[in-house]
Amino acid sequence: MSDIQMRQPHVPWWNEPKNRGFVYQSLLFIVLAFLIWSAVDNASTNMRARGIPTDFSFWNRTAGFDVNLTLIEFSAAASTYGQAFWVGLLNTLMVSVVSIIFATILGFGIGIARLSSNWIVAKLATAYVETLRNLPLLLQLLFWYNAVLKPLPGPRDSVSVPNISFVTPDIVPTIVCAFIGGVGYAATRYARTIGGVAVIVANAIGALLMLTAVAIWLSGVVRFSGKAGIYLNNRGLIFPEFVETADTWPFAIALVVGIVGSLAFRHWARGVQKETGDQMPVALVAMGLIFGLPLLTTLVFGAPFDLARPELRGFNFVGGTRILPEFAALMFGLSLYTASFIAEIVRAGILAVNKGQTEASSALGLTRAQGLKLVVVPQAMRVIIPPLTNQFLNLTKNSSLAVFIGYPDLVQVFAGTVLNQTGAAVQVIAITMAVYLVISLVTSFVMDIYNKRMALVER
Amino acid sequence: MSDQAIGSRIAYVRREAGPTRPAPIMTRGVFAWVRENLFSTPMSGVLTIGSLLFVLWVAPDTFRYLISDAVWQAPDGVACRAPGAGACWAFVAAKFEYFMYGSYPRGETWRVDVTLVLGLALILWLLIPRLPRKGMAAFAFFVVYPVVAFFLLRGLEGVLPIVETNLWGGVFVSLLVAAVGIVASLPLGVLLALGRRSQLPFVKFFCVVFIEFVRGVPLITVLFMANTMLPLFVPQEWTPDRLLRPLIGVSLFAAAYMAEVVRAGLQAMPKGQFEGAMALGLPYWKMMRLIILPQALTTVIPGIVNSFIALFKDTTLVAIVGIFDFLRTVETARLDPVWAGPTISTTGYVFAAIFYWVFCFAMSRYSQMLERKLAAGRRR
Amino acid sequence: MAASPLVKTTPVTNDIAVEIVGMHKWYGEFHVLRDVNLTVRRGEKIVICGPSGSGKSTMIRCINRLEEHQQGTVVVDGVPLTNDLKRIDEIRRDVGMVFQHFNLFPHLTVLENCTLAPIWVRKMPQKQAEEIAMHYLTRVKIPDQALKYPGQLSGGQQQRVAIARSLCMSPKIMMFDEPTSALDPEMVKEVLDTMVQLAQDGMTMLCVTHEMGFARQVADRVVFMDRGEIVEINTPEEFFKNPQHERTKLFLSQILH
Ligand SMILES: Nc1ncnc2c1ncn2[C@@H]1O[C@H](COP(=O)(O)OP(=O)(O)OP(=O)(O)O)[C@@H](O)[C@H]1O
Ligand SMILES: [Mg+2]
Repeated sequence: MSDIQMRQPHVPWWNEPKNRGFVYQSLLFIVLAFLIWSAVDNASTNMRARGIPTDFSFWNRTAGFDVNLTLIEFSAAASTYGQAFWVGLLNTLMVSVVSIIFATILGFGIGIARLSSNWIVAKLATAYVETLRNLPLLLQLLFWYNAVLKPLPGPRDSVSVPNISFVTPDIVPTIVCAFIGGVGYAATRYARTIGGVAVIVANAIGALLMLTAVAIWLSGVVRFSGKAGIYLNNRGLIFPEFVETADTWPFAIALVVGIVGSLAFRHWARGVQKETGDQMPVALVAMGLIFGLPLLTTLVFGAPFDLARPELRGFNFVGGTRILPEFAALMFGLSLYTASFIAEIVRAGILAVNKGQTEASSALGLTRAQGLKLVVVPQAMRVIIPPLTNQFLNLTKNSSLAVFIGYPDLVQVFAGTVLNQTGAAVQVIAITMAVYLVISLVTSFVMDIYNKRMALVER
Repeated sequence: MSDQAIGSRIAYVRREAGPTRPAPIMTRGVFAWVRENLFSTPMSGVLTIGSLLFVLWVAPDTFRYLISDAVWQAPDGVACRAPGAGACWAFVAAKFEYFMYGSYPRGETWRVDVTLVLGLALILWLLIPRLPRKGMAAFAFFVVYPVVAFFLLRGLEGVLPIVETNLWGGVFVSLLVAAVGIVASLPLGVLLALGRRSQLPFVKFFCVVFIEFVRGVPLITVLFMANTMLPLFVPQEWTPDRLLRPLIGVSLFAAAYMAEVVRAGLQAMPKGQFEGAMALGLPYWKMMRLIILPQALTTVIPGIVNSFIALFKDTTLVAIVGIFDFLRTVETARLDPVWAGPTISTTGYVFAAIFYWVFCFAMSRYSQMLERKLAAGRRR
Repeated sequence: MAASPLVKTTPVTNDIAVEIVGMHKWYGEFHVLRDVNLTVRRGEKIVICGPSGSGKSTMIRCINRLEEHQQGTVVVDGVPLTNDLKRIDEIRRDVGMVFQHFNLFPHLTVLENCTLAPIWVRKMPQKQAEEIAMHYLTRVKIPDQALKYPGQLSGGQQQRVAIARSLCMSPKIMMFDEPTSALDPEMVKEVLDTMVQLAQDGMTMLCVTHEMGFARQVADRVVFMDRGEIVEINTPEEFFKNPQHERTKLFLSQILH
């Protein structure tokens, strides 16, 4: 006791942890302050010497350049650099959102396919993942753009998608095909009850018969003729524009009613289930409402849109809607690349759900589908969603690779053209970085809240 | 029911052991495998046949394009432009040196080779678990090698002719960017990770801000910043070399990601290790250097390898600030009018793809192997 | 536990609940179950024991088709097991199962764990399902934990929830696969008490367990398995006092020191 008391006052001040911490922090602070001060000092000297603007007055000056894809009004003569910023930002958001949707759908599909009990399907999915995620995204973008889309023929020799129409199926071929398919299906059913090599043979033949039946039937029903007004050339993908008509309104209203109606129905069905236990075919009714109602209005009022088909005039198409090859390449590249990462996340998420969970739900009498819906998916989604949002952020950041293929995103328009024209490097880059930073921070903030709410309660 | 009736039914003793019979043919060997994996349900059967048809549809054309119809030898692009010709490997052969070294003077390329071989040897020493003296290897790789490599590549007045960095290019530059990135980002990342877990509020604040800032923005903007803003931040006479700027950008970028990998390792360390070290009276830096970091870094080697793969793929972006990395040399070469033709772009990209894929796939396999090994070690 | 020898007065009827005839199962080349024959009557309590890896789990998992057998017939509640998915679901509704590792659903509260299957499988109104759930939770003596998540409960409590969850489906047969072997010793009793009570209520039970006290007290018959076959079946009194087969004797000498 006394020993300790005697010693304590003798601790040299630089050995006191608090003081040491203070010294370290002060040192770091001084070094940082010096670095920042000298950077600012040098920057202002350098910028003055080179005549680089140091304020944001360029924001309201006329841009004087054109952008080939704008979601808002923009023209070289009348628009400002500030508007160019918004054009770029909106283009970034557009390509990111569209790619995120495709990447998610594809990623979930491939992730589930990797877990398929079918060996070939699982291996094909694995091959996809291992190929795509081990190649630089830039290489993939350049491939899509320079090797696939740009070499397409010019507008005059466009690849034209034929009109697809369906003829009423003839009764005899239909019966024949149904018979062949039925035999195939019966063979696969029968295969389960017999032993020996015959099982495999019966299964293979059955599968072949079913596929053949479908192929033959389709070839009798589907007709390709004329031009659908969809063209693919080195200027992009051109397809008919939907033009509003008098009959558009009923269609739109039916669509809204369908969506709202199915939401209401789901709510009502839940109430009923709670009260009486009866289960309604919610998915079926929702499909019926969302697709059926608009279809009905189409039958009653006629086509909801006029199609303004693009036409070749001289060297280019007039009318119709065009998807730029730059947009298409960026979207393909981002979606396919990110899908390979999402697939791995989905796979890991599903594998993270203990096998005992499926067994327990089976043992309780839940069907496979119910077990998936009520037990496996809710647990897997908790594991999947945080890294999934991370991939969404990565995709958004990766959309800046647009600059390599000339898609007018934020970086290409703002940090590229605007920077070069105004020379305001510091301001422009700071704003660009701030945009991405805000997107990241807001997303992680939302995710933090989500994770706290969804975390499985443990002791 | 009478007791006797129950009694006669309930007692049972097996007198002789039942024979072990071979499994029915359908539950073993090839047949079981085919049934389980290819035809377990009608749907599965359809998928099998469908996938097989798909493979049969794609494979022959791919083979024809890449192998049998490919042009293997040609002095220029004429043969490759013939209709129906496949990949133009002659183009790759003709441009091979350019792909490897960029515009590095042809007579001096041995210097690049020596640097690469030296680096490779050191990396193998570091990565192959069985080889001894890792500490020495690390010192050689992280301290000695960069100096040697610098003078070998750049040259030394009077000894080796100077080769300016604007002539550097190709695979060599890709590897250089990746190597500098990893060599610089590891120590920086460790410092940042320690700082992020530090008790000192200002240090912690600075590290958090730096890490989150860098991770929140795309690499391209960091490269832009390094390229256009760095020269403004220093006195004019110090303007950094145009290859050095992206190297700084890439290193800082990689460091932020590395910091998160290292932090995961530190977080996974049991508290007892810290307490044990402190109980021994080790001061902070000694504790970190001798006890904590060796263990924490070992557990995150797979993560480090993974971020190296990401870094390697990201090196392609330095092209945006005018550096001739491998992919950029492919981009330049495919526009050469001597060769330009319909198959040249695809050929160039396929060649680049093979290079990047082999590299990244091998690395990811290596990281998976390590992960398994580490997991096995933990289980023991 | 030793206090109530009355347990076995519950009636064993002549109705057959489960009938297994000549069942064989292979895992690949490995012959796990060899010529298994067992008839379980309604109300009967069967305890299955045997060395690790002898196929006990596999056998009872064949009864509700968590595993598929390759030869022989299994008839549960009058319904023969085939590949017909509909029938399998029907059987699983009537056969409750309690696992060694509980397998509660961690994302649902205790109450939701118990009402999930009644609502979705039995199509019960939520209120009724909750009443039934509370009834069984009270029976396993944890009604106050109903709104907690499984992760917040002790092992013994979790296992009792798992039992209640199965009971909520009003099963005709209950199967237990080593329900106490993942538990700390002080929690074993609370779970066994629950099982004893269930036995007293006349449930048909198949229990894989090494709790020999439980077997003595509750079982109508003890089934001893070794190397994939049933070696001996007998009443607990005879089984413990007078084991017939060499392997049974060896096994008993090892576990009843
Ligand atoms: N999915 C499987 N694939 C291959 N073999 C398996 C599988 N499941 C179990 N086995 C094997 O089958 C045998 C019986 O397993 P089972 O789980 O039925 O034993 P058990 O009697 O329940 O043992 P324990 O008391 O350890 O639970 C074991 O030898 C086991 O290794
Ligand atoms: Mg078992």
